[in-house]
Amino acid sequence: MSATIIPAADTTRAVTTGATGRDAARRTGGGRRRIGTVVYSAIAVVLFFVFVFPVYWMLNTSLQPNNDIRGSEVHFWPDNFTLRNYETVLFDPGRTPFLPAAANSLIITILTVVIALVFAFLASVAVTRFRFKSRRAFIIAILTIQMIPGEAMIVSVFRVIDGWHLLNTIAGLTIVYVAAVLPFTIWTLRGFVNGVPIELEEAAMIDGCSRAGAFWRVTFPLLAPGLVATGVFGFIQAWNEFLMALVLNARPEMMTLPVWLRTFLVANGTTNWAAIMAGSTLMAIPVIVFFLIVQGRMTSGLVSGAVKG
Amino acid sequence: MTTVDRGPDALPSAIEGERIVAPEPSRGGGDRSKRRRRAGGFTPYALLIPASAVLAAIVGWPLIQLIITSFQEYGRAQVFGAAPEWVWFQNYTDVLTDPVFYEVLARTIVFAAVCVALTMLLGTLIALMMARLPKAFRMLLSVGLLLAWAMPALTATIVWGWMFDTDYGVINHVLVNFFGLEEFFKHPWLIEPLSFFAVAAVIIVWGAVPFVAFTLYAGLTQVPDEVLEAAQLDGAGAFARFRLIVFPYLKPIFLVVAILQIIWDMKVFTQIFALQDIGGIRAETNTLGVYIYQVSIAGGEFGIGGALAMIFALIMMSISVFYIRHLIKEDEQ
Repeated sequence: MSATIIPAADTTRAVTTGATGRDAARRTGGGRRRIGTVVYSAIAVVLFFVFVFPVYWMLNTSLQPNNDIRGSEVHFWPDNFTLRNYETVLFDPGRTPFLPAAANSLIITILTVVIALVFAFLASVAVTRFRFKSRRAFIIAILTIQMIPGEAMIVSVFRVIDGWHLLNTIAGLTIVYVAAVLPFTIWTLRGFVNGVPIELEEAAMIDGCSRAGAFWRVTFPLLAPGLVATGVFGFIQAWNEFLMALVLNARPEMMTLPVWLRTFLVANGTTNWAAIMAGSTLMAIPVIVFFLIVQGRMTSGLVSGAVKG
Repeated sequence: MTTVDRGPDALPSAIEGERIVAPEPSRGGGDRSKRRRRAGGFTPYALLIPASAVLAAIVGWPLIQLIITSFQEYGRAQVFGAAPEWVWFQNYTDVLTDPVFYEVLARTIVFAAVCVALTMLLGTLIALMMARLPKAFRMLLSVGLLLAWAMPALTATIVWGWMFDTDYGVINHVLVNFFGLEEFFKHPWLIEPLSFFAVAAVIIVWGAVPFVAFTLYAGLTQVPDEVLEAAQLDGAGAFARFRLIVFPYLKPIFLVVAILQIIWDMKVFTQIFALQDIGGIRAETNTLGVYIYQVSIAGGEFGIGGALAMIFALIMMSISVFYIRHLIKEDEQ
């Protein structure tokens, strides 16, 4: 199996395979090693708190009344628990409302994932199962495109989308996101399709399947975990994207969640941190949930037996 | 699926090419590489059409526009209909003789270098430590890392911005009340550029370390235990085992991760932009990506912005060459 190019594919393996990997080190232990283990464990606990604290602090702040937050005391626990901030964020008529922005984000993200998956799937089949003249050129183009920074492209993308009268539309941002996630998606799916031995298809063909039928009935089902994982990563990318959304969909009713969240920061008057944290939580939750799902999914799909050559 | 079926050629036939040269039995585990691909006539091209069309429209065409604009005088007047005037390399010379550009470039490079170094160092140490942790503690640490990793960049920046808040931030509070450092009472973290970038570095490193740690840890688990044990029996100490066995295994992964970090940190946008919203001084804290945004979108100087964008893209592409070559090699093996 290939080493490392796609962050997701490899890193996910770490969490589960790790359990079996390294225990040999402890077998050869003496007292010194046991002390080492204690020290490492202590450091691990400290690190756990360091990495979790900002996430905790976001939740903690979002569940406190604004008075508590602006007082001289810092509340490390939401002792005056309230959901008022979420109410403010969701329903306060004085602000750009949350729900339309969430709807925009959701529609654009789902469309992006579906379209990108279909297009990328077709392309990945082409580059893994076929030999053709411009195959190498296509691969190089994909990888090169992925390396062009969005910051450099943003102005001309803005002008092109403007020229097509697609500024502040679902369609405009969606097609930009599809293009943005396509190279990554193609590359990742390519890895998954490669992982399914062509021998399986050939066996099905010996048993009387057509070539397309063999691919559809044998290879495609084995790709399901790969499609899910790749789709979730596309989802996360599109959901979090900030710059393109900021420039292309600036009209309040067409904003996506990240741009909506930013309006809190630049709002006049004193910053309502409690409400901002509630908004941040609402935006972060789907991502965190999906992220945790995909960690398990990827591993079970990749590591479990059926496919291993 | 619209794959064109080319008849029941159940096994790769000799007519299709390379199989003649390498007539090994097909159950040879790992060799499903390009020699197993078949010529598909028009089919592969048809499969590539949708993806290629989108990329041509949203990347190719704007890229051409960008190149053209970078050679034109294109400001507010042109946006409202005046014909753009060809100035050829004027925009580039303007950019390259502007001291502000070098300031921004130097800031970007130094900042990225610091972030990458810190991320790689901490990520490596955590990965090595994870390999020595009892299972329960490793799971605990993994959960923490995953949560940090999953946080969207924008929300992470906002949350850290709130933690570093001048008046009510938890960090000032802890420094004053728990550590007795009175000078941090209502300390404004984001006003001073150096301190602004320290906060930005904390945010970026915090978000990037989990990826590095997990990836390197995954690499560590691939190092065969037998080899390590054999080395130990032969009298190799812990450091020697790391230097002579673990590190060579890890090196390719380490390099790729480092390159990715360099790419990501060089083009950082969200964190810097949002921190500026929260309280930084834009002119003193712009990195290249944010600067391009300021010049072109906020400032309306599309020509100059185009030249900047081209220079930026070229810098990033040349950094990526190594990475792209690595990927292509992997594709072809």
